[in-house]
Amino acid sequence: MVIFTFEELRLDVLIITLSDLECDYINARSCCSKLNKWVIPELIGHTVVTVLMLISLHWFIFLLNLPVATWNIYRFIMVPSGNMGVFDPTEIHNRGQLKSHMKEAMIKLGFHLLCFFMYLYRYSGC
Amino acid sequence: MISQFVGSSPTLGSVLTAQSLEPASKSVSPSLCPSLTPHSTESPAQNQMHVPSGYGLHPQNYIAPSGHYPQGPGKMTSLPLDSQCGDYYSGLYIVPTQNVVTPNTANQQPGAQQMYGRGPPAPHIVGSTPGPFQGAASSASHLHTSASQPYSPFVNHYSSPAMYSANSSVASQGFPSTCGHYAMSTVSNAAYPSVSYPSLPAGDPYGQQMFTSQNAPTVRPVRDNSFSGHSTAISHSSPLPPPPSHQYHQQQSLSGCSTLSWSASGLPSTQDNLLRNHSGSLATANSNPTNTVADSLSCPVMQNVQPLKSSPVVSSVLSGASSTRTPPAANRPVEPVASVTQPSELLQQKGMQYGDYVNNQASSAPTPLSSTSDDEEEEEEDEEAGVDSSSTTSSASPVPNSYDALEGGSYPDMLSSSASSPAPDPAPEPDSAPASAPTAPQPSKMAKPFGYGYPTLQPGYQNATAPLNSGVPPSSPVYSGFQQYAQQYPGMNQLSSSLGGLSLQSSPQPESLRPVNLTQERNILPMTPVWAPVPNLNLDLKKLNCSPDSFRCTLTNIPQTQALLNKAKLPLGLLLHPFRDLTQLPVITSNTIVRCRSCRTYINPFVSFIDQRRWKCNLCYRVNDVPEEFMYNPLTRSYGEPHKRPEVQNSTVEFIASSDYMLRPPQPAVYLFVLDVSHNAVEAGYLTILCQSLLENLDKLPGDSRTRIGFMTFDSTIHFYNLQEGLSQPQMLIVSDIDDVFLPTPDSLLVNLYESKELIKDLLNALPNMFTNTRETHSALGPALQAAFKLMSPTGGRVSVFQTQLPSLGAGLLQSREDPNQRSSTKVVQHLGPATDFYKKLALDCSGQQTAVDLFLLSSQYSDLASLACMSKYSAGCIYYYPSFHYTHNPSQAEKLQKDLKRYLTRKIGFEAVMRIRCTKGLSMHTFHGNFFVRSTDLLSLANINPDAGFAVQLSIEENLTDTSLVCFQTALLYTSSKGERRIRVHTLCLPVVSSLADVYAGVDVQAAICLLANMAVDRSISSSLSDARDALVNAVVDSLSAYGSTVSNLQHSALIAPSSLKLFPLYVLALLKQKAFRTGTSTRLDDRVYAMCQIKCQPLVHLMKMIHPNLYRIDRLTDEGAIHVNDRVVPQPPLQKLSAEKLTREGAFLMDCGSVFYIWIGKSCDNNFIEDVLGYPNFASIPQKMTHLPELDTLSSERARSFITWLRDNRPLSPILHVVKDESPAKTEFFQHLIEDRTEAAFSYYEFLLHIQQQICK
Repeated sequence: MVIFTFEELRLDVLIITLSDLECDYINARSCCSKLNKWVIPELIGHTVVTVLMLISLHWFIFLLNLPVATWNIYRFIMVPSGNMGVFDPTEIHNRGQLKSHMKEAMIKLGFHLLCFFMYLYRYSGC
Repeated sequence: MISQFVGSSPTLGSVLTAQSLEPASKSVSPSLCPSLTPHSTESPAQNQMHVPSGYGLHPQNYIAPSGHYPQGPGKMTSLPLDSQCGDYYSGLYIVPTQNVVTPNTANQQPGAQQMYGRGPPAPHIVGSTPGPFQGAASSASHLHTSASQPYSPFVNHYSSPAMYSANSSVASQGFPSTCGHYAMSTVSNAAYPSVSYPSLPAGDPYGQQMFTSQNAPTVRPVRDNSFSGHSTAISHSSPLPPPPSHQYHQQQSLSGCSTLSWSASGLPSTQDNLLRNHSGSLATANSNPTNTVADSLSCPVMQNVQPLKSSPVVSSVLSGASSTRTPPAANRPVEPVASVTQPSELLQQKGMQYGDYVNNQASSAPTPLSSTSDDEEEEEEDEEAGVDSSSTTSSASPVPNSYDALEGGSYPDMLSSSASSPAPDPAPEPDSAPASAPTAPQPSKMAKPFGYGYPTLQPGYQNATAPLNSGVPPSSPVYSGFQQYAQQYPGMNQLSSSLGGLSLQSSPQPESLRPVNLTQERNILPMTPVWAPVPNLNLDLKKLNCSPDSFRCTLTNIPQTQALLNKAKLPLGLLLHPFRDLTQLPVITSNTIVRCRSCRTYINPFVSFIDQRRWKCNLCYRVNDVPEEFMYNPLTRSYGEPHKRPEVQNSTVEFIASSDYMLRPPQPAVYLFVLDVSHNAVEAGYLTILCQSLLENLDKLPGDSRTRIGFMTFDSTIHFYNLQEGLSQPQMLIVSDIDDVFLPTPDSLLVNLYESKELIKDLLNALPNMFTNTRETHSALGPALQAAFKLMSPTGGRVSVFQTQLPSLGAGLLQSREDPNQRSSTKVVQHLGPATDFYKKLALDCSGQQTAVDLFLLSSQYSDLASLACMSKYSAGCIYYYPSFHYTHNPSQAEKLQKDLKRYLTRKIGFEAVMRIRCTKGLSMHTFHGNFFVRSTDLLSLANINPDAGFAVQLSIEENLTDTSLVCFQTALLYTSSKGERRIRVHTLCLPVVSSLADVYAGVDVQAAICLLANMAVDRSISSSLSDARDALVNAVVDSLSAYGSTVSNLQHSALIAPSSLKLFPLYVLALLKQKAFRTGTSTRLDDRVYAMCQIKCQPLVHLMKMIHPNLYRIDRLTDEGAIHVNDRVVPQPPLQKLSAEKLTREGAFLMDCGSVFYIWIGKSCDNNFIEDVLGYPNFASIPQKMTHLPELDTLSSERARSFITWLRDNRPLSPILHVVKDESPAKTEFFQHLIEDRTEAAFSYYEFLLHIQQQICK
C-alpha cells in the first residue's frame, strides 16, 4: 500500500513536471533529470507490487498489473545507449514526445486510481 | 607568499586556499613543465628556472620533460608534498597578483579583465567610476571626405570651428543623433560607431574598435576602468551617471576643445539620459539639441522652442551643399533642413527642455531600453558587402550605411525625397528634423542592378538606396512612404523580371501546376539552377517578404487544415539560415523594441495597423498599442506614420538589444583550442597547419579588445599553457590525473589575445615541434573536454577540439564499433547513434554555460563520430571531418583543412545566443533539426551561432486556419556579437493560406521539401533503422504523387504524373537514396555516413542541395554567352547537365560541383587545346593522377574556367577541394558515384526508380 501511494504521488509529480515543461516553466534538462530519477524506483516498485500480488495469489490484480509492469520494463530497456534515460532532454520536444509522455502518465494515473479503489475494497472487504 | 597575496586581494586568496587543498587531498601532483619543449634548443622558452623571481616558483615542483615523460601516463610525479603544492600554487597565483598590481600597459585593462574572469560580480565592483559608455566620438571619417564644406556654416553656429574641422566624420555622428533610434550598419560602420555615447571613459571592449575605426584623434584617454565602461555599455538602461559636474565640465570643454567635437556636445544629453534612466537614443547623445528637437515631438512644450531653430543661414547652406552634391534633386525643400539645424542658443535652454522631456519620456516609454548605436559589423560587414557586390545597391558604395545617417536626414537626396513625397507633414517635420546632419555625403551611390541574391529585398530598405520615385534618379537614399512605393512598383517589376524565373505564378494556370509526365519527360532537370518559388502574395507583401535564402517553407501555400495537409502527403516545415552573411541589414537602435504584449512577437511588416495608435499582431491577433516613440519615423523625419518605420518595412532587421535582453554582461569572445597531440596526431601533422593558420588569422579572429584565447593539448595527460602576460615564455602545465581533472591555474590559461600576443605566437610557433618524439598513443579526450568545460564555464565561448583517433582513456572512452565487413551491407547499418551519453551530457553542460564545442575530426581509422558528434550537436557547435587526413600523403585534405580553418577562424560568430521561432496561432512546431539544444517548446539554446549553421523545423496545423488568409513565421535570434553587443536578428516570413489541394501542390518548394525530408530521414535512421528511413523516403514520393494523381481528373493510370512544382521530387529523393548518408550496398565507412548525416542536419539549404544533387557543367566550351559580371569579372554560366553518364562525352571536360568537392572530369579524347590552355599540360596522357589546382594561365579559356570555379567557390562555408579526374584514373569511381541518374550495382537508375514508384502507386 505504501509503495502504491508512493507511486501515485510520483505520477502526480510526473504530470506536473511535464506540464511545467510544456508551459516552459522549467528547463528541459532539469525536468528530465528530475523525471529520470524516478524511473527506476517506479519500475522496481511496480514490479515488486506485481510479484507480491502473484505470491499472495491475487490473480486478478496480478494480471491487471502485469502489462503495466511489462511496459515499464520494456520502456527502460529500449532506451538507446546514447540517451540519458527514458526522458532525454534533447529529444523530449521532438516528434510530440512530450505529448506521448503526458498521455502515458494520464493513462497510468487512471490505472492507479482504479487500482486504488480496488485495493481499498479488497482491504476493507477482507 | 600566500599571506601576502591574500592581503592584496581577498577574493583571490580564498580561491587559492581552496585550490591548494585540492591537490593535497588527491594524490595528484600537478607537475609544471616550464619549458615548452623537450628540445631545449628549439624552444623559445627554454628554461623554466628563469621564471621571474616574482613568481616564486619552486623548481622542485617542476619536471622538465626531457625528451619524454618519465613514466607513461601514470601520475607524473611522486612529489605531492603539501608544502610543495602550496608553493606551486602560490607560484602560480602570484602571477595574477603581479598583473593586477602592476599593470603593464598604460591602461589597466588586464586587471579588469582578470576580474571578469573571476566572476560576474567583479566587473561591477570595478566599475566604481562608471561613465556611460562612450562611442569615443569615433566615426568612420572616410565616409565624409566631402563633408567639410557643408560643415563650415554649421561650425559657426557652434562657435567652435575646430570641432568640425577636426574630424569631418563628425557629421555622421550627428545624424544618428537625430534619427536617434535607428542604426543600420550594413556596409561600413561609418555612421554610427560612437555616436550615441558621451565621451566619458570608454568601455575597454569597445575602445579598440573605436580606435581602429576612427581617424580623428578625438578619443581621449578613455581606456582605463575598462570594466566599468563595459558594464555600463552593456546595460544601457541604467547607466551610472557620471558626476554631473564632470559632465558639465566636459560640456564646457566642448567649446574649448577642438577635437572633442560632438561627443562633447553629447554629454549633457547623457546626463539627461541618466535622468530618464535610460540612456537616450543616439540622438540624445550626440547632438542633444537635435535630439531634444526630435523628442519634442512627444512633448508639446518643446515645440515652443522650435521656431528658434530654423535659422535661414543654415538652411541656405544646406541647400547649397546638397545642390553641389546631387544636382538631380533640384526641388528639395529647404525647410526641413532649416528646422533640422539648430542654433547654438538652444544649448542654453537645454536644461529646461530636458526636464520636460524627461517627464514626458517617463510616461511614454514604460520600458526604457537603451539605444546605443555602436558600429559593430565593421569590417565584417564590409567584407560581406564585397562578396556580393552585384546584388546590392547601397552596399557597394561608401554610402552612409546606417539608418542613423539616413535618418539624420541631412542628405540632400533625402531631402529631395521628402520633398517629392507628399506625405511628410510640414508641421511635425521641423520638429523631427535633425540638426547636425547636413553633411552626409552620398558620394557614390549608384543604383546598381539588383542581383538575384536578394530578390525580395525589404522594400523600405531598398528605398533607402534603390530607385525611388519615378522621376528621381535611382540613387536617392530615401526611406520613402507608401506613396512612393506606388510609384516605385514599375521599377520593382522590372527588377523581378530581371530576376528571371522568380515570377512563376503570374499566369492564371500556374506553371507550377502543369502536369508533367515524369516517365516521358526526358530532361527533367532545368538548364538553370532551381529557384525558390515565390509565395503567391500580393505585390506589397511579396516584396516585403523574407529572402528565401534565410527563410523557406516547404509549402509556400499553407494548407488550411491538417486534413488538407495530410491529403497532400507533403512535409510541412521551415528551413532557416538565420545568421547568414548578409550584404544589407537594417540595424535598429531603439529605446523600445516594439513587441506584441501577449506573444512577444517583434513588430514586422505583416502586422496591421488598426489606426494610428494601435497595431494588431499577426501571430496571435492581439491588438497592441503603438508606443509613443514608434510614432516618429526617423527616416522620413515624420511623425504619426508608424507603418513607415524600418521595422515595418523590412522583414529582416536587427535590433540592438538593451540590458533587458541580457542575463549577464555580454561575454567577451573566448576561444579555446583543445588539441590532440598523441602519436597519431603528430603523425598526421595537422598541428603545423593549424598553428600556421592561427598565426595568420590571429588578428582576424572576431572579437574586441577583451578577446581571450587559450590552448590545451592532450594525449594521455592534459597539458595547459600558461600564457599570462609578463611571462617570458609560455609555461606548460601538465595534469596527469585524468580521473578527476582540475585546472592548475584558473586565471592565466585563458588570456587576453592582445596582451599576450607575443606569448601566443611563441606557443604557436613551438607547438608543432613540441611533440615530435612523443610515444604516447592514448588519447584522453573526455577528461580534456571536462577540463575545457571547467575553463570555459565562467565566460562561455567557443571550444575547438581537434581529435585524431578514438578516445581511449578516462571518461568518455569509446570502443571501436565498426565492422568493416558490414560497410557495404544492404541490410542493417548499426551504430548510427552514440555509444555513450557522456558527450551528450557534456554538451548539455557546455550549452548551459554558453560554451559551444566544435569538433575537427582528422582520423585515418574509425573514430566513432556518431558518439563524438554529440558534443557538437547539442552545444550548437559544428563538425568538420577529414577522413584519412595526412599532411603529406593527402595534400588535398590538408589544403581543405587550411581553407576551412581560415573561414572558421575569421567568420562571424555570435555568442550566448537563443533562437525562438514563432508562428501564427493554429500552427505549431514539433520537431527541430540542427545543432542546438531545445530548451523549451520553441526556444533553441545556441551557445554559439555561426553564419554557416542551418536549421529545420517541422510544423503541424493544430487549429484550422480558416479565418485567416495569411500565416507568418518569425525567428528571433538573440546573440552577443563578437564586439560584446547584444543583438536580435529577426526574420519574418509571410505565406498565404489556401483551401484547395491543387493550390497546395502549386506552392511546393521542392528543394525545401527534400531538405526537410533528409533531416527527417536522418532522425528516422538513428531512432529506428536506415532501411526504415529509406522506405520512408520512397514512400514520401509515392504518397505525394499518388495523392496528386487522385486530384487530377483525367488520370491516366499508365503514366506517372506530377505537378510541375514537384517534377524534381523523385529525382531528388533518388539522389538522397544514393547519398552517402542513406545509401546501402555501396561500401561506406560508418564515420563517413555519420558525417554526411551531421551535415544534412546542420547545413543550410543552399549547401545541402549541392550535397544531395550535385551540379554538372560542361566546361571545355565555356562562352561568354549569358555570362554574369561579378566584381568586374566575367563569369560564364554554362547550362546544367543532368547527372548521367550519357551526358559525358569523351571529347569534353566536365565540372561537378558537389558542395564540398569539385570534380573536373577530363574525357579521354578531350581537346588538347583545352588541356593545354586550362590544365597546362600538353596532352591527356601527361595529366598527373592527382591534380588539385588549375594553373593560372594567361589564356581566355583558362580565365573563364577559373573565374567560373572561383565564382562557385564563393560563399561556401566549406571551401571545396578540386579534383581533376582523368577518365582512366581509379579516382573516377568517386566521380561516377555522383551520377545519380545512372544505375549502380546496388541502386536504381532514375528511370527504374520512376517505374518502381509507378508500381507502388498502382498497387
